[in-house]
Amino acid sequence: MSSRFQTILFSVLVLASAIMGVALWRQLERAHQRLLAGGDSAPTQAPQVAPAEQATLLVANDTDGSMITEVQSLPLPKDPGARARVILGKLLDLYAAPDAAHPVPGGAPSVSQVFLMPAPALTQTTTPDSTPQTPPAPKSNDTGPELAIVNLTPSFAASHPSGLETETLTVLSICGTLHANFPRITQVRFLVDGQPRATLAGHADLSHVHLAVDAAPQQ
Amino acid sequence: MRWTNCAIVVFAGACQLAGAQAAPAPAPPPARFVVVLDAAHGGDDSGGKLSTGQSEKAFNLALAVRLRSLLGARGIQVVTTRESDAAVELDRRAEIANHANAQACLTLHASESGSGVHLFSSSLVPTEPARFAAWKTAQSAYVTRSLALAGELNSALLHAGFNVTLGRTDLPGIDSMTCPAVAVEIAPDHGPGQKINAALDDPAYQARVAEALAAALLEWRSDAGRTEAGRP
Repeated sequence: MSSRFQTILFSVLVLASAIMGVALWRQLERAHQRLLAGGDSAPTQAPQVAPAEQATLLVANDTDGSMITEVQSLPLPKDPGARARVILGKLLDLYAAPDAAHPVPGGAPSVSQVFLMPAPALTQTTTPDSTPQTPPAPKSNDTGPELAIVNLTPSFAASHPSGLETETLTVLSICGTLHANFPRITQVRFLVDGQPRATLAGHADLSHVHLAVDAAPQQ
Repeated sequence: MRWTNCAIVVFAGACQLAGAQAAPAPAPPPARFVVVLDAAHGGDDSGGKLSTGQSEKAFNLALAVRLRSLLGARGIQVVTTRESDAAVELDRRAEIANHANAQACLTLHASESGSGVHLFSSSLVPTEPARFAAWKTAQSAYVTRSLALAGELNSALLHAGFNVTLGRTDLPGIDSMTCPAVAVEIAPDHGPGQKINAALDDPAYQARVAEALAAALLEWRSDAGRTEAGRP
C-alpha cells in the first residue's frame, strides 16, 4: 500500500515528465525549422533556359605562378551583375575541382553577389608595368568605366589556403576574368559577407580597390 | 695679416692636394650595410597553418634567426622586426625598417601552396625620390631597387637549384618601407607530378634556402659598394 504522499509525488513526477517531453518535442521541431531556414536557397547555377555563351576565364596555376586564358561555354543570364556572378562561379568551380592547379575549396556558392557601378576616379594607381593610369570620373551614362564589387562568403575566405602567392593569384584571376568579360570593369573591390576585410587569408590585401586591367591578359 | 694670408694659402693648397689624391681612389665599400629581416605574422596572428602542424609565424621566425646567424657570420649587420612570438603591427615593422636605414629588407613568409620560393615586390608605380613621401606609398621611390634586389635573390636561388616565381602585388607592410624590399615566401619543393622533394619542415631544405638568401645578400652588398644601394 502506498501512502497518500507517495501517490501525490508519483503524480507530480509523471506530470513533470509529460511536460518535459512536450517541451523537448517543441524544441526539436524548432531546431528542425531553423536548419531548414538556414539552407542557402540562393540560385548558384545559371538558369538552364539561358542560351550558352562563351566566357573567358583567367585560370591560375600555383606551380609556376602563372595564369592561362581558358574559354568556357556556359549559360549566362542577361543581367550584368548576375552574369558576372555566374562567370566567377565557374572560375571558382574550376579551383574547387580535385585536380585543380590552384586548389581553393568553395566553388560557385563562394560568390554571394557582384554589383556593378560607375567607377570613381583614382588618384594613385598601382600598375606593374609602370604605366600610371587615372580612370576618368564617373559618368552618368552607361558607357564609362565600372567598379565591380565582389561579395565573397565568409566560408570562402576562411577556407582559402594561406599564402602570398595563392591569395594573390586568386585576386588577380578574379580581377582579370571580370575585365576579360566586361572590358568596362576597370576596378574591383572585394567584400566578405558584405564587410570590408583587410586580407583574404592573411596575405593578399583586400582593403583597397584593385585595378582590373593589371590582371587582364596581354593582347 | 701676412701670417693670416699665408695660413689661408697653405690651407687651400693642402685642400687641393687632398682633393687631387682622393679623386683617383677606387670607390670604397659601403660604410655600413644593414639588412632588415621581417619575420611575418606573430602573436595572435599565426599566419597559415603548415602541413606539419607548425604555424607560419614560427617557421618565419626560425628562418629569420637562421638567416641572421648566417649574415652575422659574414659581417653583415642585421636588424629584426621581432625576436619572439610577438604581435608587431605592419606600420611598426615599416618604422623599424626605415629607422635602420637598411640596404635590403626581406619579409619572410611560408606557405604550403605552390613550389619553391616565391619573390614578391611592391606593385607601386616607381617614382622619383622626394624629400617627403606619403606613408602608404613610400616604397614607390625604391621599387626599382627592390626589383633589382628581387633579381639578385632570383639568381642566387636559381643557382642553388630552387624553383623560383617572381611577382608583384600590393604589400601593405612593404609599401611603407624606404629600402629595397622583397617579400620571400618559402613553399615545399615539388617535383614532377606534384611529388614533394623537400617539405618545409626539412632542416636541410631550410638551410639551403637560408644559404641561398645569404649568398644573394652578400652579392647585393658587393653591388652596394659599387652603386650605393638603397640610395635612390
